[in-house]
Amino acid sequence: MRTLERRGLLAAAVVLVVVLPALNALPAGFPLRLSDFTLNLFGKFLAYAVLALGIDLIWGYTGVLSLGHGVFFGLGAYAMGMHLMLEIGTQGVYGNVLPDFMVWNRVTELPLFWTPFYSAVFTLLAVIAVPALVASIFGYLTFRSRIRGVYFSIITQALALSSWLMFNRNAMNLGGTNGLSGFKRVFGFTLNSAATQRGLYVATALCLCGAYVLCRWITRSPAGRVLVAIRDSETRVLFAGYSPAAFKLFVFVVSAGLAGVAGALYVPQVGIITPAKIGVLPSIEMIIWVAVGGRGTLLGPVVGAVGVNWLQSVLTTNYPDLWLFVLGGLFVAVVLFFPDGVVGTAEKLLVRVRSLSLTAAPHPDPLPKGERGVSP
Amino acid sequence: MTVTASPQGSIVYLENVTVDFDGFKALHELNFFMDYRELRVVIGPNGAGKTTLLDVISGKVQPESGRVIFGRNTDLVGRRENEIAALGVGRKFQTPSIFANLTVRENLELSLARPSKGVVATLRARLHADQRRQIDEVLEIIGLLGRGEERAGGLSHGEKQWLEIGMVLVQDSELLLVDEPVAGMTDEETEKTGRLLRAVAEERAVLVIEHDMEFVRNIARTVTVLHEGRVLCEGPVEQVQQDERVMEVYLGRSRDSHA
Repeated sequence: MRTLERRGLLAAAVVLVVVLPALNALPAGFPLRLSDFTLNLFGKFLAYAVLALGIDLIWGYTGVLSLGHGVFFGLGAYAMGMHLMLEIGTQGVYGNVLPDFMVWNRVTELPLFWTPFYSAVFTLLAVIAVPALVASIFGYLTFRSRIRGVYFSIITQALALSSWLMFNRNAMNLGGTNGLSGFKRVFGFTLNSAATQRGLYVATALCLCGAYVLCRWITRSPAGRVLVAIRDSETRVLFAGYSPAAFKLFVFVVSAGLAGVAGALYVPQVGIITPAKIGVLPSIEMIIWVAVGGRGTLLGPVVGAVGVNWLQSVLTTNYPDLWLFVLGGLFVAVVLFFPDGVVGTAEKLLVRVRSLSLTAAPHPDPLPKGERGVSP
Repeated sequence: MTVTASPQGSIVYLENVTVDFDGFKALHELNFFMDYRELRVVIGPNGAGKTTLLDVISGKVQPESGRVIFGRNTDLVGRRENEIAALGVGRKFQTPSIFANLTVRENLELSLARPSKGVVATLRARLHADQRRQIDEVLEIIGLLGRGEERAGGLSHGEKQWLEIGMVLVQDSELLLVDEPVAGMTDEETEKTGRLLRAVAEERAVLVIEHDMEFVRNIARTVTVLHEGRVLCEGPVEQVQQDERVMEVYLGRSRDSHA
């Protein structure tokens, strides 16, 4: 069972990292060829999946609902976007070393906080470090004050709203409402080339595999059981000698870091980041991906992020008016009928089928994670 | 009756402890101590300060004044709950609080005493053979041997209570605080719980709060009666039951309230 699961995951990783980009690299006109557009779309979905894994860690496993993950995604995305802006150099519309929006806003000198982003190494560090730092300060203050449940959710939502307002201001020197766009190169490679995009896709797929392995390691360690225990009874955890605040802070920071990585992978593949990706609504949408996929499982958030966004891209191209109704309906359906999400429900069915076929052999079920319906 | 304190020989020693909830003194200059390996039952009418006493020892409530000395000379005042738990004070709550989504065995594993319960240490923690054996022993003591792989959420009310006692046991606590262990239990379960607590008290001090007088008579050696945040009297069960003041404040009232 364990090896079967491992093989399945390995096969999925090979398909994502090797097979799909190989299909894309086939010469045009080949029957099985994956179009550049589709691969790029998939790259975006996989970046979302990295983020969803992080949300699952804090929400699905630990039971802490954060409605502010758009902020951490945005911080990673803006950090990457700033580097890409600087890489444009004098190739912008105004031919100035400054990003176009700064010229437009009559900024004459590059703001000090932009300069370190010339460095690719600094940028790659900042992509994780900035959201992680914000999350650690925010998490330390809230968890230490024992702010829990719905109150924590409301405060994170306020964080999302205020960050959105801040990033919208031109005075922030981050492009205001229009955000950062018009990128030409990423780490020296021309962005507008199939090979670069394929490389970005592979990097995203590898990051997803890495994030999955990290989350698997955390959730399967004794600390992972402490997380589930916090979801069940935080007081008991406290009186068992653990500090729930420390554990919550830890997963919150890890999930913020993953969100930052996701944002950084998103930007070069989509070509733009605006405050619209930071606010309340995108943060809630991220929660819906995890809920639909199945929280408290690691496969769930990946399936949810890819599935829901795929559905969105299909529906918005064919029936643009329908999407929001479908998204809302999906969420209501999951809350009312499938609290375990797609993966959780499938797992339960599988367990039931197996116990029917193996009535004689009593076997300890490795996945007894029922009753996932409890959440703040 | 005054309490003669012997701080050297006591596992826990409260001196002039006052807890003030917005003017209501839940504990009023309380003096209280317990010996090592003693099984003590605390009784008293509602609002006497019984649960507050446990809250103060376990760090859930901070006293306005007074000292709470654990063991030789560890002052518990000002420490956090998890710190006090790690020092060796285990607490069993009134309503069963276990981890429903973990197995019975995982519940116990998580509660095991570990050198460090920080995040990094816990990420890398491994179960030793003797810890595994300790868990099996406790599973036997609490009558859940062979059910270790079951989801704890599926246990009956009584079984959950025993599991929680087991969780406090594997914590290697020197002092167990137990709040109304038999509330809502059947007679059979009550009797089993009494046996369990007596067995547990062979090796460590146990402080039990209980309302059920029959149960108290069954397990108690020494009984402390709290009234309005102070110790009203203390002694063997029979003696305490004969005490006029106790009959007045406790038995008298309880008869009224049960009528």
